[in-house]
Amino acid sequence: MATINSRIPEGPIAEKWTNYKAHQRLVNPKNKLKLDVIVVGTGLAGASAAASLGEMGFNVLNFCIQDSPRRAHSIAAQGGINAAKNYQNDGDSVYRLFYDTVKGGDYRAREANVYRLAEVSNNIIDQCVAQGVPFAREYGGMLANRSFGGAQVSRTFYAKGQTGQQLLLGAYSSLSKQVHDGKVKLYTRYEMEDVVIVDGRARGIIAKNLVTGKLERFSANAVVIATGGYGNTYFLSTNAMGCNCTAAIQCYRKGAYFANPSYVQIHPTCIPVHGDKQSKLTLMSESLRNDGRIWVPKKLEDAQKLQSGQIKGSDIPEEDRDYYLERRYPAFGNLVPRDVASRAAKERCDKGYGVNNTGLAVFLDFSESIERLGIDEIRQRYGNLFDMYEEITDVNPGELAKEINGVKYYNPMMIFPAIHYTMGGIWVDYELQTSIPGLFAIGECNFSDHGANRLGASALMQGLADGYFVLPYTIQNYLADQAIWPHISTDTIEFAETEKAVDAEIDRLMNIKGKRSVDSIHKELGHIMWEHVGMGRTKEGLEKGLELLKNIRKEFNTNLFIPGTKEGLNVELDKAIHLRDFILMGELIANDALHREESCGGHFREEHQTEDGEAKRDDENFFYVGCWEYQQNDDTKPTLIKEPLEYEIIKVQTRNYKN
Amino acid sequence: MEKIISFTLKYWKQNGPKDKGHFEQREMKDITGDTSFLEMLDILNEQLIEEGKEPFVFDHDCREGICGMCSLYINGTPHGKTEQGATTCQLYMRRFNDGDVITVEPWRSAAFPVIKDCMVDRTAFDKIIQAGGYTSIRTGQAQDANAILIPKTDADEAMDCATCIGCGACVAACKNGSAMLFVSSKVSQLALLPQGRVEAAKRAKAMVAKMDELGFGNCTNTRACEAVCPKNETIANVARLNREFISAKLAD
Repeated sequence: MATINSRIPEGPIAEKWTNYKAHQRLVNPKNKLKLDVIVVGTGLAGASAAASLGEMGFNVLNFCIQDSPRRAHSIAAQGGINAAKNYQNDGDSVYRLFYDTVKGGDYRAREANVYRLAEVSNNIIDQCVAQGVPFAREYGGMLANRSFGGAQVSRTFYAKGQTGQQLLLGAYSSLSKQVHDGKVKLYTRYEMEDVVIVDGRARGIIAKNLVTGKLERFSANAVVIATGGYGNTYFLSTNAMGCNCTAAIQCYRKGAYFANPSYVQIHPTCIPVHGDKQSKLTLMSESLRNDGRIWVPKKLEDAQKLQSGQIKGSDIPEEDRDYYLERRYPAFGNLVPRDVASRAAKERCDKGYGVNNTGLAVFLDFSESIERLGIDEIRQRYGNLFDMYEEITDVNPGELAKEINGVKYYNPMMIFPAIHYTMGGIWVDYELQTSIPGLFAIGECNFSDHGANRLGASALMQGLADGYFVLPYTIQNYLADQAIWPHISTDTIEFAETEKAVDAEIDRLMNIKGKRSVDSIHKELGHIMWEHVGMGRTKEGLEKGLELLKNIRKEFNTNLFIPGTKEGLNVELDKAIHLRDFILMGELIANDALHREESCGGHFREEHQTEDGEAKRDDENFFYVGCWEYQQNDDTKPTLIKEPLEYEIIKVQTRNYKN
Repeated sequence: MEKIISFTLKYWKQNGPKDKGHFEQREMKDITGDTSFLEMLDILNEQLIEEGKEPFVFDHDCREGICGMCSLYINGTPHGKTEQGATTCQLYMRRFNDGDVITVEPWRSAAFPVIKDCMVDRTAFDKIIQAGGYTSIRTGQAQDANAILIPKTDADEAMDCATCIGCGACVAACKNGSAMLFVSSKVSQLALLPQGRVEAAKRAKAMVAKMDELGFGNCTNTRACEAVCPKNETIANVARLNREFISAKLAD
């Protein structure tokens, strides 16, 4: 059996990264000119890595599936980015950010990686401000902060409700400078279809030009995957329509381990599902929980009236409202971590207290804060989110709806949990290198820093940490002896064979010539995943799910229909390739969830809960990273390899957000 | 009660930049008001695929109004609305009425050639940013973020300029095909902040020169751009760009 080496440097945790940088191998300036690096993806991680590597002197080839690097889905992140600046003088520190992140991740992340993340978090803020990112400021001219779930300090920097957009445009601007300087070459509307392995090392990719339909070969001394998460396996999620896991899954098929796939984050505050034609779910930022209070009716009959449309939320007076998060978790209240908030909503709805016609929604109410701060202040903080909510649902959450006994009630928002982020991903060591030498994974597409649950405003932090401050160092340790292979030829048997295999696979899909569209099969996959591999998982349900997934693969392989030809632009063909990989991803998630006989973070097994419904971990048997290794073909069950977790600093204990 | 409508959809088909292109037409039945415009087009495509035909091609991605990918000219207006503030993906069918004729076309501008149907090539925007839409800061060399205090009003104003999503509606709406609103938003954002001030003159010149080179037209202050901007960018930015540009030229 394969063994795993996480390559964590020696020494006390606070000195590991400094020591690593002091002793790693570097590449001299002349040799950098001889070395090519492929970066797939232009989100926060991809764009920041490509920009930094180009600036250092490497020749960078940067790929994205959209028409411009600025479209990457990082752009949709709303709330903010964490850093341990302690600008608010509220007791924050690198250690506290590290501790909160490990605890928030339910003690399933690597200590050393998370400590490094907390360490470089402050550099990110400095870097972004220098790029001209217009973070929110106080009247004194200093940067403003707000608080997010899972923390008792205000460490989140933000730019209205568009922080991801501003950070991505910052990284995009740095990337654009490198394109201008000739150090980065951009390939837009290109999709990576496979990684090329030569003598056991990643040496390039096969990419499809999405406009011409042609397959093209690209070689490099190292390949960096920054292609995001696999949330769209569930069909409905907060991810963009184009988000997919094809690049990551193809690396997995080629031998890269896939770690902790069952850790999927379900975000508590999304606009509820409305109909079967819906294409995606819209997130309402977690920052709303700073001033919004989450509730359902205390009385079951009120909930039933809400469900049948006889009354509205604003008709229910204060004393009949159950602010269940404040009730269950007095210390953190509405700001408990996402997994806890999502499960609590599910628990209330399962008991019949849901507040819309499907019974799958809870209220998020701003009445108290509008009365306290005034509507102008609330709009200043969340105006664009209120507008977005109104556009989608036709309800204005800032509008006064009713006055009962002198108390003013505003229209509450309706929210429900939805798939949002995936903590699992390609396994990487401390250097962010996968189990294939020369292949690196950064940002959401690796598994590294969030354990079993990611805290709010930490995704942007990790993406930029990896891209600006970690990978540009660690990749040099690999590249140091690679200058003897400058500008690798693509005219070799390995490139030819990989390209041929991709082409044959495209032919296979085109020739199925069945009856069903990609979307119709994808929707069915989504239902199975949400039903059996969703928020509350059981052994029975997961086994059933795996069986149904087998049927889905069979349906896909025999009854898929793709119109048109493989030449030229064919959107349906590209979607079909994604779906092929979502199905394999679904099985990976289900297999991992089935094997992990405990509840932790985003992975909740109903068999493993405490008396009051909290997640019950099993540290004795599951204190490890679950890594899956691909075997021969998609139908064969992958093999589990364990990377034991070793904590030197933090005492592993039950997460407590109650007191 | 939820609104349900039926209407005639006319949509643009064009097989590549050199094809002449034409409209196709379909009766769309029983579409609910809470369906987004793009979900309505998903329904159209499911019907086309069912019939063995190729789907109608259009750009879209985040479907929450922030990525700037969606770009449809609906009933003669970019993003389809006469009032300000939303992208195509945030347009909902409840805004239309039973029996309507809805026309969908691509952005039409010399600088944005059609790739297929309503998908257009907007790489010209990337090239303008590459010409100077950045501060030349090296990774890891920044000073502490609070070392330079910035008045809240300046930061807020820079933020308003920075919300541009690069969709290209401004160019599509402009009779001259000018990209001035796009260019001026970036120039303004960076000129308003001390970090961007250093290169402000150089940036304004370089970005305007690139814009001219790429075949975008001139600005004649018709304000068509600001009327359709989904992020409410204003031509006050254009005035600021002109000031930056003129003072840079005078200094030459």
